[in-house]
Amino acid sequence: MKNKTAIIFLIASLLVLLLGVFFGLFASLQYVLPDFLKESIPFNKMRPLHTTTVISWIILAATGSIYFFISKVENLSLFSFKLQKTHLVIFILTGIGIYGSLFFGKMEGREYLAYTPMLTIPILIGWLLFGINYFTTIRKSVINWPVYYWMWGTGIVFMMYHLSEAYLWLIPSFRAHFIKDTIVQWKSYGSFVGSWNMLVYGIAIYVMSKIKKDESSARGKKVFFFYFLGLTNLMLGWAHHTYIIPTQPWIRYLAYGVSMAEWVLLIHIIYNWKKSLTKKEKKDNSMAYRFLMAADFWVFLNLIVALLISIPAINLFTHGTHITVAHSMGTTIGINTSILFASIFFIISKLQGKKITFDKLKKSYYLFNGSLLLFFGILLFAGTKKGNWMYFTKDTSFSMMQESLYFTYIAFFVFGIVLVTAISIIAFTLLKSLLRALK
Amino acid sequence: MQHNKTKNNIIIITVLISIFCIYNFLIYSSEEREVSIKLSPNALKGQTLWQNNNCWSCHQVYGLGGYLGPDLTNIFSNPNKGEKYIKAFLNSGIKSMPKFNFTEAEKDNLVAFFQQIDSTGYYPNMEAVIKPNGWVELKYKDEK
Repeated sequence: MKNKTAIIFLIASLLVLLLGVFFGLFASLQYVLPDFLKESIPFNKMRPLHTTTVISWIILAATGSIYFFISKVENLSLFSFKLQKTHLVIFILTGIGIYGSLFFGKMEGREYLAYTPMLTIPILIGWLLFGINYFTTIRKSVINWPVYYWMWGTGIVFMMYHLSEAYLWLIPSFRAHFIKDTIVQWKSYGSFVGSWNMLVYGIAIYVMSKIKKDESSARGKKVFFFYFLGLTNLMLGWAHHTYIIPTQPWIRYLAYGVSMAEWVLLIHIIYNWKKSLTKKEKKDNSMAYRFLMAADFWVFLNLIVALLISIPAINLFTHGTHITVAHSMGTTIGINTSILFASIFFIISKLQGKKITFDKLKKSYYLFNGSLLLFFGILLFAGTKKGNWMYFTKDTSFSMMQESLYFTYIAFFVFGIVLVTAISIIAFTLLKSLLRALK
Repeated sequence: MQHNKTKNNIIIITVLISIFCIYNFLIYSSEEREVSIKLSPNALKGQTLWQNNNCWSCHQVYGLGGYLGPDLTNIFSNPNKGEKYIKAFLNSGIKSMPKFNFTEAEKDNLVAFFQQIDSTGYYPNMEAVIKPNGWVELKYKDEK
């Protein structure tokens, strides 16, 4: 294999995943030992480091997977290898710039995009190059696109749009309107997540159809119906993040109406796929298959939480609590990370011609899902306690409420250590195989 | 047949994007629900300090932000807190809060920011009314 840019994207993604989970662990330490190392690794530095790094994992792994699939599995002639390499170099240099910005405290951005806003320009250029390369390659070579091509295409376009939208606050007259500014900021974040979900869910459908060796599950009417439903959700369903903000009621009504849809999409597709899979297919792709099944489980669990917290009457009590964190951890780790792990295991099977067997990573797999389940449960518990404190207790200060959660936070930290260990073992195994393929 | 299918998909995408454009225009050009608060120059400076020091990592406004510290939406009008409390807390370095070195002018800007966000609404919205269909009527500040 001559061009190894896609593999380098995947190696970079696994390195930032390892870094990101360790930042997360250090950040969670502040809940247990508030005074410990707070001057050298304060939470206001560790949290942006953690969030930016784990978002980079999702973006880099999805990008590397898509490049690999179109050029190495589909064997389409990529429009430009130069653009692909430039994309990689831009992302790596910008990543270094972001860490410089975060480590040296030059943070002028906002939540999730805390680094200096200037660095978003090269990120947007990177996405633009990806878009040009992707659309030009696909447009020339594919007729009757299966749904994953549509999903990746719309994911790329909307990613650029919503990333730009997240910086409307740089316009002074816009920023002065506090409520509108807050609404648009969270609108962009919600849809930004929807955009990367398009990339990641597209990858899930792609890997499934390849394992099954059947493209029909990616071309049927039903799958397109769900795709358009997901796209509508991406565009209009973000507002359950901001039900509580005093804005135009129609924005909130609309969100209530559409925000229930997206989760039904993936679970339906995965369920149908699993039902029709033969025993041989399951065995042949054991790790990729196992992680897709893990994603199936996490979709189901998060579907319940997502549906509940999208009901305004429930959202009133859960918003601003750890239940929201449980939801975001459940989706980014349980769903996105499981799908991306499945994707990389599938890619390794293509590179080496042999699969990493489930037996080899059985313990780590169960440790990953088991500790995440406990982590998820602890967050739901902490969120319920906080919601109760906000609305139903009087004369209890915030610090008293936090102290009452002390043992919950210890459990949160311990499960975090187990989760980080499992993720590290899986990521190192994948890294080793990818590095071998690079030689 | 295949050509028709692709054509239909393009039509659906075009319709959805058109709706999205109208939707975005309405949101970007909309005024706030009831109270059209524009941040003053001092409050904007306070907001810049809030951003540059990543205060949102630990604190929340309208429940959005981190959960290590308390929500600060209505800290200014809280009868037990208010301006003096905010200023005393800023450089205190209590518990996990880093020890900041804000100048008096910066403290004033942060207080101006908290004062103005406080005037936009309530969080938690204790007087919100839950409807049988799951909807919630929020209590707005200075309702017209």
